[in-house]
Amino acid sequence: MDWLKFFRGEKKTSAQTAKERLMLAVAYQRSGQANGPSYLPRLREELLGVVRKYIQVPDDAVQFSVQREDGLEVLELNITLPDQ
Amino acid sequence: MAKIIVVTSGKGGVGKTTTSASFATGLAMRGHKTAVIDFDVGLRNLDLIMGVERRVVFDFVNVINGEATLKQALIKDKQFDKLHILAASQTRDKDALTQEGVERVLNELAQDFDYIVCDSPAGIEKGAFMAMYFADEALVVTNPEVSSVRDSDRVLGILSSKARRAERGEDKVKEHLVLTRYNPTRVSKGEMLSVDDVKEILAIPLLGVIPESPSVLTCSNSGVPVIREEGTDAGAGYRDLVGRFLGEDLPHRFITEQKKSLFSKLFGAP
Repeated sequence: MDWLKFFRGEKKTSAQTAKERLMLAVAYQRSGQANGPSYLPRLREELLGVVRKYIQVPDDAVQFSVQREDGLEVLELNITLPDQ
Repeated sequence: MAKIIVVTSGKGGVGKTTTSASFATGLAMRGHKTAVIDFDVGLRNLDLIMGVERRVVFDFVNVINGEATLKQALIKDKQFDKLHILAASQTRDKDALTQEGVERVLNELAQDFDYIVCDSPAGIEKGAFMAMYFADEALVVTNPEVSSVRDSDRVLGILSSKARRAERGEDKVKEHLVLTRYNPTRVSKGEMLSVDDVKEILAIPLLGVIPESPSVLTCSNSGVPVIREEGTDAGAGYRDLVGRFLGEDLPHRFITEQKKSLFSKLFGAP
């Protein structure tokens, strides 16, 4: 009953839900985590370990992404250091 | 110089072979010499959709292995003499398609044809990769449905990173969205992703919308590419798509709900 939904304020259609879910799924795929080399998660963990030998950083301090430019695969690493 | 176009999707059952058959037929109908190749080694299907299954003597793998010449293996369409079909092999050997072999066949075809259409198998395994690798342009066939859209996005990622054009640092493969099984009535009810939703998520230009249509099945029953059927909406969708591919500026149809006339309501005309 579509008109009942109107009174209940349930406005989100299943197509809208689908779109929102897809946006997230696709963003994850494009970030390179889904199709990057399989060693990436381990590399990230180990790097985090090395950084922590010298300075305390939170879990999300090491960010990486795989990008493709002009036929080259570029692994970009960002290590955010906390404010002194 | 021949143009190589891959018809791909990632997901199976979205209409790749239907699109390959109609697209290749449409190019030939417009006077362009066109070859269409079935890359689905082990699961040959294009020959059935195009109604030439009883005329397959040699196939793609026979040509790659040197067991037949290209001339012997190409099947000339009975209706359109500019249209040629190269069937997939039914061998189960997955390694039958070698990169060198495929390249050699494509190079030989390129001397003679204007367009080479590669009908990719589903998935992202070797056959699909071989169909994509040499492409200049890609028709990404997508249904307005979550798994199909995500798989299409995955395939777009592979095209932009792993295709020969990407490896050589040339201009990237030109991508076209083909939205099939579109049902405007369900879209207006909020039950189906709209053209704009899919365009926004995949971010590639739209080449054509093919409405969900019973004629796709009835045409495949008799081995006639749906583009040849006058008076069907799916056929008209494919004819528009071919026109746009060839550079014509045609407005998109079948995106909004068609109101049924009183006559068709009363007499049940489609």
